This record gives sequence, C-alpha cells and structure tokens, in this order.
Amino acid sequence: MSTIRYTEASVRVPTTTGARTILHPLTLELTESSVALIGANGSGKSTIARLVNGLVEPTSGTVEVDGLDVVRQGAAVRRKVGFVFTDPAAQLVMPTAGEDIALSLRRTHPDKHERLAAAERVLADHGLEGFGERSVHGLSGGERQLLALAGVLATGPDVVVADEPTTLLDLANSRRVGDLLMSLPQQLVLVTHDLELAARCERALVVADGRIVHDGSAAEAVERYRSIA
Amino acid sequence: MTSHASALLGAYVPGRSWLHRLPAGAKLLGLFAAGLVTMLWRGPAASVAVLVVAVAVFTSTGASWRLTLRGLRGLAITLALLAAFHAWQNGPGRAVEIVGDLLALILLATALTVTTPVQDLIDAIVLGLRPLERLGLRTEPIALAFSLMIRAIPSTLLIAEETRDAAIARGLQRDPRARLTPLVIRVVRRARETGDALHARGIGDD
Repeated sequence: MSTIRYTEASVRVPTTTGARTILHPLTLELTESSVALIGANGSGKSTIARLVNGLVEPTSGTVEVDGLDVVRQGAAVRRKVGFVFTDPAAQLVMPTAGEDIALSLRRTHPDKHERLAAAERVLADHGLEGFGERSVHGLSGGERQLLALAGVLATGPDVVVADEPTTLLDLANSRRVGDLLMSLPQQLVLVTHDLELAARCERALVVADGRIVHDGSAAEAVERYRSIA
Repeated sequence: MTSHASALLGAYVPGRSWLHRLPAGAKLLGLFAAGLVTMLWRGPAASVAVLVVAVAVFTSTGASWRLTLRGLRGLAITLALLAAFHAWQNGPGRAVEIVGDLLALILLATALTVTTPVQDLIDAIVLGLRPLERLGLRTEPIALAFSLMIRAIPSTLLIAEETRDAAIARGLQRDPRARLTPLVIRVVRRARETGDALHARGIGDD
C-alpha cells in the first residue's frame, strides 16, 4: 500500500471579510488498504480527499504520496492517484464510453487502434461489454459511475480516491459500485455518507469543522459520528 | 439526458451511409467549404438552395429527423428573433438568407457529428495541424478542446431545460432572471467540474 502523509496541511479560502479556514493544520499518515472519511456536509472531508491528488493545494504544510509532494510533483502524483467524483457526468469528458476510456489510455497505448481495443477490454472487465459506442448521455446513473471508475482504473493507479461515489445512485447501483470499490487491490480513500460502506473500511476518520475528531476502526468511527450527528 | 438535448449536434450514431464511410478530414473540409459558400453566395435563393442540399445530406445519414427537430426547438427562439430583427431592419429576403444559412450549417454540422466518432475528428484535426508542430504548437490540447466543445453542447442544453423546468415549476417562466441566472451559474460550475476532472486524470500534465 502507498503512504499518504499530511504534514501540518491546512486549507484557507479568501472571503470578502478575510479568510475562512476549511481545514485546520492536519498531520496524518494513511497506509491502510481502505480509509473512510465521514462527516457532515461542509465538514472538510472532501477537502482532505482532494488534497491527495492536488485538486486542492494546501495553504500551508505539505501532502505527500509515497514521498511525492502533491504540489511540486503533481503530475507524478496524479499518475499514482485516481479520483472518482460524486457526479460522473462531470467526470466523463468524451461523448462515448469507449472514447472516454481511450482518453485514459492515451499514455499507455499511443496507437489509436490498440487504444480502442484496450478500451473495449477495460469496459468488458467492468461489466460494460459492448458499451464502447454508447453515448455517455444515454447511460444510467449506475452505468455512468461504473464507467467513470473504469476510466480511473484503466490508468493503473496505486491509490483510488472516491468522493461520495454512491450519493447519486439508487440502492442496487450503490451496492454494485460499493462492492467494486471494496474489492479493489488499490489503496482506497473513500469520502461517503453511506455508513454501511464506511463500516467496511479498515480505518475511518470522522471530520467536523475542518478537524479530525475521531480516528480509529470503522465501527468505532461510525458510532462516534452517529453520536455527534 | 433528455433525448432532444442530446439530439442536437448529437453523439455518433453507427451506420453504413456514404457519409459514415467518408474520412473525417474530408467531412471537416466539406463543412468548412459549406461555411465559405454561405458567406460568398449571397441572397435568399442561394440560402434556400444550400438548405435543400443540407437537408438532403442530413437525410442520407439515416439519423433521426424527429429527434433532430426536437433538438432544434431549443434554437427556434433564437432563429425567430434573428429572423424578426433582419426582416424589420433589412427586409424579408435578408431574414430568409440569415436563418437559412444558419439552419443549413447546423444540419451539416449535425450530419458530421452523427456520422463521425469524436476520436476520428480529433485525429483529423491533429493531422491537419501537424505542420504547425514545427512552430512549437501542441496539437493534442487543441483537439481535446474541440471534443470537449462538442461534449459541452448537449450538457449545456440539458442544464437549460432543467433550469427552464425549475422556473416553470415556481411560476417564474416569464422572468428572464429566474432562467438565466441559474443557467449561467450551473454552466460555469459544470465547466469547473470538468476542469477538475481533466486535472485529476492528468490531462495537461504531459
């Protein structure tokens, strides 16, 4: 597993009256195979997740993945870290499923025909066989999120960060995506409101007001979150 | 995505028409040439002639007219306003010319996108721009921007439909602020989300 290290990492955003702290200085090391981040909306859990691949840069302190600084060595970090967003419609940037997977494969498969063939294999591996020429608009919510996840996994990341990946899905698709995430060989950092899914992680952090207020086993963390929610 | 939002400048629809078989570069050049013709061949009769050709070309692709016409409904207000303005300012002949040219180019562009996978369009653009690489131009970001533009059209139309529905649900269908303000905010937000997604996927890191 990779080592994700936050060292006094904080995030502040400018406001009309000065600055607002989104994340108070955080020192933390994540080495477990799966780590859940749970907490109320606006608590700062997505910020902690977005720091991992430089989508958010720390105002002070550092964040490293396997010793690579997410700001100074951002490109190398993004090759190691895949990110799954809440709304796959924003994540899928190409018109068809096959083309979107092919976009992820452009570095590893320079030849167009090989790339499209590899994209079909990736789709088949994730239960989306024959979807290559389907418009991403025509897919169901669950299919879109599976496609977004397949696009991330196609790049061969060491770490997958998923920011509320099941929030927009119905129960069946939520289970399908959740099961796939929990079965990944990659290290998983999961932001979620699904406490059942969080409870399946090896470690869980409860976030409130930009601070980690509990860090421990998932079962304990879920109990703690229920007590403060 | 509602069907009519995705129909305009729609996604690729596999088929075996002559336009499907034509190379993407030739189709792009054809669209460019059509644009030139509409600029250089003036007058309402010329516009009607180009529109007839565009209708014939689009019909030959086998794409759904029903879905395309539903998609065009979103542009009907713009076209009607344009026609009214030009009829008032420059006479009905000019109105026919402007609207006819626009409709013809929209149909031809739709014929291009429904018969050509975006990857083929990107490859054709990269090939066309390749001579400029000697001057230090990076062609891949330009090609990607082109495909993102095509992708953004149905997404933006969907947001416009949702915003309109929300305004109607609140009884504010006649208030342009209730329709335009959330539309602009959501389109900008979607653009930022797409930027984040591209960033997260390492696009631009190469």
